[in-house]
Amino acid sequence: MSAAAISLSEMQQPSGRPYRGKVAMACLIIAESAIFTIFVVAYLFYLGKSLTGPTPREVLETPIFFTICLLSSSLTIHYAGKFLERGERGAFLSLWSLTILLGGLFLFGTGREWYRLIYEHGLTISTNLFGTTYYSLVGLHAFHVSAGLIMLFMVAIFAFSGRVGTEHSRRVEVLSLYWHFVDAVWVVVFTVVYVLGR
Amino acid sequence: MRSVAFLPCCMTTVAVAHASMGSTNIFAPQSTPARSIFHLSILVLTITGIIFVVVSTLLLYSILKFRSTSATANSEPAQVYGSTQIELAWTVIPILIVVVLFVATARGIHEIQDAPEPESAVEVTVIGHQFWWEYRYPQLGVVTANELHIPVSDPAHPKPTFLQLLSADTDHSFWVPELAGKTDLIPNHPNRMWMDPQRTGIIVGQCAQYCGTQHAKMLLRVSVDSPEDFAEWVREQQQPAIADERVAAGKRVFETTACINCHSISGTVANGRFGPDLTHLMSRTTIAAGAALNTPENLGLWIENPDAIKRGSLMPAMQLSKSEREALVGYLETLR
Amino acid sequence: MSSDAIIIPGGRVEGKPWVDALQDWVTTVDHKRIGILYIVYALIFLLLGGFEVLIIRIQLMHSRIDFVSPQVFNRMFTMHGTTMIFFVAMPVLFGFANYLVPLMVGARDMAFPRLNAFSFWLSAFGGLLLYFSFLGGSGLYGAGNAPDVGWWAYAPLTARAFSPGHSSDYWTLALLVSGFGSIGTAINIISTTLCLRCPGMRLSRMPLLVWLNLVMAGMVLIVITPLSAAQIMLLVDRYLGGHFFDAQAGGSAVLWMHFFWIFGHPEVYILVIPAFAFVSEIIPVFSRKPIFGYPVMVAATVCIGFVSLSVWAHHMFTVGMNSYANSFFAITTMAIGVPTGIKIFNWIGTMWGGRIQFKTPMLFSIGFLFQFLISGLTGIMLACVPFDWQLSLSYFVVAHFHYVIVGGILFALFAAFYYWYPKMTGRMLSERLGKWHFWLFFIGFHLTFDVMHVPGLLGMPRRIYTYEPGRGWDTLNLIVTIGAFIQAVATLVFVWNLISSYFNGAEAGNDPWDAWTLEWSTSSPPPTYNFATVPEVASRRPLWDLKHPEDPDSQYE
Repeated sequence: MSAAAISLSEMQQPSGRPYRGKVAMACLIIAESAIFTIFVVAYLFYLGKSLTGPTPREVLETPIFFTICLLSSSLTIHYAGKFLERGERGAFLSLWSLTILLGGLFLFGTGREWYRLIYEHGLTISTNLFGTTYYSLVGLHAFHVSAGLIMLFMVAIFAFSGRVGTEHSRRVEVLSLYWHFVDAVWVVVFTVVYVLGR
Repeated sequence: MRSVAFLPCCMTTVAVAHASMGSTNIFAPQSTPARSIFHLSILVLTITGIIFVVVSTLLLYSILKFRSTSATANSEPAQVYGSTQIELAWTVIPILIVVVLFVATARGIHEIQDAPEPESAVEVTVIGHQFWWEYRYPQLGVVTANELHIPVSDPAHPKPTFLQLLSADTDHSFWVPELAGKTDLIPNHPNRMWMDPQRTGIIVGQCAQYCGTQHAKMLLRVSVDSPEDFAEWVREQQQPAIADERVAAGKRVFETTACINCHSISGTVANGRFGPDLTHLMSRTTIAAGAALNTPENLGLWIENPDAIKRGSLMPAMQLSKSEREALVGYLETLR
Repeated sequence: MSSDAIIIPGGRVEGKPWVDALQDWVTTVDHKRIGILYIVYALIFLLLGGFEVLIIRIQLMHSRIDFVSPQVFNRMFTMHGTTMIFFVAMPVLFGFANYLVPLMVGARDMAFPRLNAFSFWLSAFGGLLLYFSFLGGSGLYGAGNAPDVGWWAYAPLTARAFSPGHSSDYWTLALLVSGFGSIGTAINIISTTLCLRCPGMRLSRMPLLVWLNLVMAGMVLIVITPLSAAQIMLLVDRYLGGHFFDAQAGGSAVLWMHFFWIFGHPEVYILVIPAFAFVSEIIPVFSRKPIFGYPVMVAATVCIGFVSLSVWAHHMFTVGMNSYANSFFAITTMAIGVPTGIKIFNWIGTMWGGRIQFKTPMLFSIGFLFQFLISGLTGIMLACVPFDWQLSLSYFVVAHFHYVIVGGILFALFAAFYYWYPKMTGRMLSERLGKWHFWLFFIGFHLTFDVMHVPGLLGMPRRIYTYEPGRGWDTLNLIVTIGAFIQAVATLVFVWNLISSYFNGAEAGNDPWDAWTLEWSTSSPPPTYNFATVPEVASRRPLWDLKHPEDPDSQYE
């Protein structure tokens, strides 16, 4: 019999201390912010420095609709969490699924835009500095959206099989924090790429 | 490898090579930037020296004075938690020291980095390669490699040399300690440095930024010439290659093998830029960026088996027959 | 030594079959065991990294030595640097943090035990991946396919054009993976410190070791991912045809340098702050006084943490930044010397008026103080930019940073080993061997690293596999090499001490040093659950309060 780990869910944290899940997610968000900052810096540094090829102004189309999708998904996930806290599992499930749908739509939009850029404008990651920095930055964000969607989807599966209740609302809130972060990063990326960059 | 016997004999030659002269002492400056740094270093060393003496004395004193002895072993000393005044003192004093050092530093930076380029300056474009140095004198129409000639500078009428630093491949760094601090050569990032040596002679250094396998043998050799010697050298370098009929066979070997892909010899079909310009090869004391003395034996070895002199350099073994090689070396020997 | 041992009066329990014990260790989520795993792992890599440096030192002990080829040499210095920073220093410091932080805050484990184990195995895998590179390529004696681009892997040397083959990829992937492990550990340290402190332990009552590891963990979060970002960019360049660092397409080699050093400089503070933590616990105990100026020590550390994020380009003074940029980084680099100096003064202030006991942990701590002072001063010299234009990229810098890492961090680590080994194993390390270890290492260290400054001053660049005679570097390098071998012997003495004391060392008991923090209130080694009852504290030195009820710290704080 191996030495059993002390289960921390059984043992309460000393009173007055913050919830460890939230602290951990805050830490993860700090680390992720740093990685995005570096990609944003590279993007900004290389603006206008491509030696060849399509420029942002020539090829980029502002993805207003899909941005609205992603940003609204922050609202839906927020209210989903509130409903779960109050025990209204039906409402929670609907809003949670809507969040996944909106996130999925955003990814679809990114995919569609990339298809257009690659096949209509010939812009790939190896075309020029703009291509390299654009696909890396937007791609890194899309990767984080995908990872988030996978997590949301897993929660949805548990929720649909009746396993998610009010007692899990703290953990669900931690996941929502991640999702809010992903949206906040999109605000920055959107501004840098589609507003400043053109 | 064709001549196995040739090898050991050449290994010995290379091993004997040259008694490498050359002081690279940063405290023996021969040029204004190096001297400016030297003066700053004296100030810094003095200040840090004093700090070292004071603090280590305190440390030593505390070790000796506050040792636990058999008399005191069984009781605890007074439990002191801190002192605001002392903390203040040993915050303020270091800040003052920092201010002094920073002012001296900022002045030194500005003096060297922002020095204006006078009309009389000699301009050289230095291009770093793996693992050799290319020198171009745009005002004078001179292209050479590995051994830099610059004129001596009279402090009354300064004639500094300004270097523009470029790179053809990876990062390098130009470091001749007695002439100046080092500055890197980075692709796509031109840099600028200057020097005004006040004594004639040979001053050495080497590449200081790891650039690949043979970073260690990318040596620098600067010949500080009197004005007459410098003018003479420039004149010679401006001439096209000497065309000596007696070595026509060797010249033919050169022109019909892959040599011309990498090397240039003005006045011939060879205009490769990947390797050093050989037009005045015999005006140089060393070959392979200082890795070996410029002798016929070493030249032959370099062509036959570059790895014996500089393993991992980008010069390929040329796979010539013995007679071809000897003819070629004979030709190269005429390129004064 | 197993905390699973059950004592049956009059009976004898058989030892566990080794397979089960192995499974216990591999699947453990106990912070103490994970800590020990990290430490043992680091010691193995210390020996490997040490072996690499002995090859370097043999090659360099005289001009024109042909002991190894340039290709092998270049792999050796790259692997030595990468190993020591990422697979020795980081793991061993994380190991101590893992072991001590929960105990010192009165918790039963880290906040996320499974994440803790996962982080360890990620980092461990990174090291194995890096060393796997020795196989294949040009074979083991040709040092295989090991990275040979220096531990900073400057662009464009790492581009496909200049590094064909996979050696750079081993560097990139191994560090990427272990970097994620580091982030996991940092998350754990912060969550444990903020969320699991026992009742009564306000932040202002935490041991300095906990405070300093908190600052370190915060820095890890901020600076490791920039390196990961740069490495991802490098992979994009190498495999997807990207141009982040491709000069031909307008990319910038200098950008790599900025990204690397934004990680690289704070990284060395990440390494040194836990070393500060060790001596901040050890010096008070062996001076029999509390740390002088606890709040100032905390403030100075936080200050160092922040300022260290603004000094990075002092590694790039020769790169050709303009004079304003150079001046900015000069002032920030000099500024960080102020809080660091304050800490040195506070340590001396702790010893002042004390009753100093020269046990082995204290010997190493005093060595730390002396050597860290010197390395701080050579650091100030390097901050004076024009002086740095001579000193940078030379053996002066190599001497400086080894002075910090070996003379500072490693000495503090040795102190920590001798201090906490009794807690971890229940046995005391031999004082006699400890003193041999200290003096041998001290002599070897100074022989090597004091002398090493001089070739730098005489123009010897770093990362060269050989050098010309007649530059005046030969004898100096010979002395450096001799010192290296003496340090190697001292290290072997240490390893022998670790092993033999495990079996023959004196019983330690709970509190062999008469110390004051919570880890000494429980048995040696502690049970899996750490404390029988969750402690409650009223001051920074809870055990002092218990031992001196007539004059508790709680009265003064």
